[in-house]
Amino acid sequence: MQLTLEFGGGLELLCQSSKIHNVDVKPNPGEDKLTMRDLLAWVKSNLIKERPEMFVKGDSVRPGVLVLINDCDWELCGSVDTELEEKDVVVFISTLHGG
Amino acid sequence: MEEGSATAKPRRATGRLCSTCNQRKAALKRPKTLEQICRECFYRVFEDEIHNVIMDNNLFKPGERVAVAASGGKDSTVLAYVMSELNRRHNYGLDLFLLSVDEGITGYRDDSLETVKRNEIEYGLPLKVVSYKDLYGWTMDEIVKTIGLKNNCTFCGVFRRQALDRGAALMKADKLVTGHNADDIAETVLLNILRGDIARLSRCTFITTGEDGPIPRCKPFKYTYEKEIVMYAYFKKLDYFSTECIYSPNAYRGFAREFIKDLERMRPRAILDIIRSGENFRTATSTKMPEQGTCERCGYISSQKLCKACLLLEGLNRGLPKLGIGRARGTNGLNKRVEQRNLHSERTGSSIESKQCGTLDF
Repeated sequence: MQLTLEFGGGLELLCQSSKIHNVDVKPNPGEDKLTMRDLLAWVKSNLIKERPEMFVKGDSVRPGVLVLINDCDWELCGSVDTELEEKDVVVFISTLHGG
Repeated sequence: MEEGSATAKPRRATGRLCSTCNQRKAALKRPKTLEQICRECFYRVFEDEIHNVIMDNNLFKPGERVAVAASGGKDSTVLAYVMSELNRRHNYGLDLFLLSVDEGITGYRDDSLETVKRNEIEYGLPLKVVSYKDLYGWTMDEIVKTIGLKNNCTFCGVFRRQALDRGAALMKADKLVTGHNADDIAETVLLNILRGDIARLSRCTFITTGEDGPIPRCKPFKYTYEKEIVMYAYFKKLDYFSTECIYSPNAYRGFAREFIKDLERMRPRAILDIIRSGENFRTATSTKMPEQGTCERCGYISSQKLCKACLLLEGLNRGLPKLGIGRARGTNGLNKRVEQRNLHSERTGSSIESKQCGTLDF
């Protein structure tokens, strides 16, 4: 599944200072759907190069990290259970630093 | 559900509608009210609520010259934008300008100052930059070279607070506004409880402080959630700087921050409730409070003979950088410092875990 991931608010520092990543993520073997939970696990092991604890906590993002799927707050579409679709744009923004 | 704008995203395009206008697709869930709201309605309530806070608390008088403390970060960028917008829309009659502090941190502040310079042009607000080098004779880079990475945040925080006041005075400002948001204030209430700092606990929730001093400060974002500030900046594509200070952050504050954010996820109202608790604390009449006087060297408000900045500066200039570090009062100040240092050493390396230290000086 082709997705565009964007990291902002300082999170880009965890993935080699690159803000936009065009990625191809496959659902887990035996499943036909890709959820945000799966995507977070994939990002953690494939894109985050340092200090993953700044990005994830448990199976979700660290509190204080905002997530938007196609410019919509993920809290409105199911958070970690949201099912992703082809060409979705997922934005992660840290609110945790800089004033 | 029905087709909606059946473009590439059929399932989510039929998502929920804004609970305010019932017409457009909701774009975010408001932490304060849990309402789902579209972008346009969000802009309006976000700005209206800040306007109401300004009016209800009589934060400004027409004709006042107001300095907007601008670091280039998200809060102050949104503050500068919204203040300038509201000033125009509601005819506050304020003479606004941006005030920035250059701490002299290569690779950090020089970059964020570039953001402020862009804001100067975009929002049409004049900018004044005051530097530690000019005010104190030292840049933070030089201070760190002398004292190392321990306590450097103390120097920076104390110096910044005074630098903003001095910059505001220099520019003949009547008031200074800062971008402290609801999350920051809730965090500070907790920290003051954790430190037993009763004097600060009682004033950290005031929307305006220093009214007896030369430059009162106020916080129009006192009830504004950080989530909404960041969403507002994101949707409006406001240009802000979010790199962490290269010198280590305040780990103790980082724990309080994380705790607040965990609470927020479970019950977003917790942030406003902590502020309300802070507002309603009453200090026992038997509690000894520090007496406010003025520094005999520079005339700045101080509860001691010398203000903290003069004391720290004297330490630097005499080669005794420990001078003025730690608390002047309290019986267990020493233990607390040791404890803090331990926390700090466990956490080194996590430089994006907490906010830039010293931005939260109340």
